[in-house]
Amino acid sequence: MSEVVIAGIGQFPVGEHWKISLRSLAARAILPAIRDAGSLKPQALYVGNFLGPMASHQSNLGTLLAQNAGLDGIESFTVEAAGASGAGAFRMGYLAVASGYVDVVLVVGVEKYTDMVGPQLEAYTTTAMDYDYEVMAGLTPAAQAGLLMQRYLHEYDAPRAAFGAFPLLAHANGAHNPNAMFRKAITPETYAKAGMATPPLNQFDISPHADGAAAVILTRSSLLPRAGIEQAVRITGSSVVIDRLAPHDRPAPLAFEAAALSVEGACRQAGILPADVDFFELSDVYSIYAALSLEAAGCAPRGEAWKMAQEGVFGLKGTLPISTMGGFKARGNPLGAAGVYQIVEAVQQLRGQAGENQISGARRALVQSLGGPASTAVTHVLERCP
Amino acid sequence: MEIPRHWRINPQRYELIGEECPHCKIKIFPPRDVCPNCGGEAKEEYTFSGRGEVYSFTTLYDGPAGFEEMTPYTVALVKLEEGPVVTAQLTDLGSTGVEIGMPVEMVTRRIRSDGDERGMLIYGYKFRPVGFTTAK
Repeated sequence: MSEVVIAGIGQFPVGEHWKISLRSLAARAILPAIRDAGSLKPQALYVGNFLGPMASHQSNLGTLLAQNAGLDGIESFTVEAAGASGAGAFRMGYLAVASGYVDVVLVVGVEKYTDMVGPQLEAYTTTAMDYDYEVMAGLTPAAQAGLLMQRYLHEYDAPRAAFGAFPLLAHANGAHNPNAMFRKAITPETYAKAGMATPPLNQFDISPHADGAAAVILTRSSLLPRAGIEQAVRITGSSVVIDRLAPHDRPAPLAFEAAALSVEGACRQAGILPADVDFFELSDVYSIYAALSLEAAGCAPRGEAWKMAQEGVFGLKGTLPISTMGGFKARGNPLGAAGVYQIVEAVQQLRGQAGENQISGARRALVQSLGGPASTAVTHVLERCP
Repeated sequence: MEIPRHWRINPQRYELIGEECPHCKIKIFPPRDVCPNCGGEAKEEYTFSGRGEVYSFTTLYDGPAGFEEMTPYTVALVKLEEGPVVTAQLTDLGSTGVEIGMPVEMVTRRIRSDGDERGMLIYGYKFRPVGFTTAK
């Protein structure tokens, strides 16, 4: 089996794009990705999207987005896995190319969050939870994170303020990413003074939902145009694992079992250990999820990720940089598109195109997207071509 | 409105009816088609006592649609004495501070209305501190 490689990337800045429609937003990532891949012609488009049918009253995005981008007559459909939709679409693209049935795949993650405003929009984000047994208790995704963080503080006797290390790091990195929603570093005082959201989470522990689109072109290395070989990035591990949907149904809600198993699966396929990666693009949807993801991956002992964060281990100059382009907190959280942004950012690092945020000598990345509180975990290992 | 959907789970909302696995005897809530413990088919009803303790909790100051008028409200993970954990609001807290490990018991309260002005009222379980007495 010939290797599956990422031959092109495209992204549009995350933000509140009132003037741009869902279809046009997708095109603004799709067209640059195709150009970046030396105009390889996609035979299939897999779309990662979460809220389209609700917030934009639009289903069958595969057809709409392909048509709008001038890709008539190809294969196309949507993959949905809540916040992991984009990563799920990427996994689909990987499987299609690896199978040999499709030579060139386009994956786009797109979310049009600002087509409506108000409490109904927030209610749509709760549809990824158990409607009968969580949503009807008035729970929201942020409150779900509040429940997990409260328990974490109790079990590990951790100080709440220590979690500020994660948003501080994210904002510092987002400051140099032209595609980030927030491009300004914050101070520990800003974090300490932030208003309570769903306690113990404060407003800086929560990533902002926003519009966004990111795209990649996948193909087999043997099909790459000669000029594209240098910047191609290999996909050497790919794994999707699910947990029980609601934390209340899990024997150990802080374990993020699916996140642990999908890191294990992706690393086994790549023939590496998690410690062998140069950086980790994780899902810091909430500060507590960054900590739980690091612990699930084995990058920090249980109950201690916050200590390592305070020591600077996860900064750009630390031993395991995370959220290198700002993560969910500063780049912004375009829900179903986020997984593709994470892949695009990892490719920027591996190509040496991450600007001021470049990790020197970055050769191998671990990238993980979560749907809900690791109800779905999608993990990939990406490597620079030798 | 979602009448069949809410009507269908009245036994769970009003009486905490779950299941006891006929194979491995663990108690299951909410009901599932397959036992999460042994993988056998789960189908025998079991009524939970409604007693448990707070496993974790948080408070919402902004509610999603359907819950906006109830804010602020506290949601907890409640570990039932028979084993399962449920997500539910805490109620009748008065000036009681919530703590992990606090004993609570099930009560029936209004959950929300389904739809606007003439929406159906939905009732279901919430939990209150044990020892709470209603002020007359």
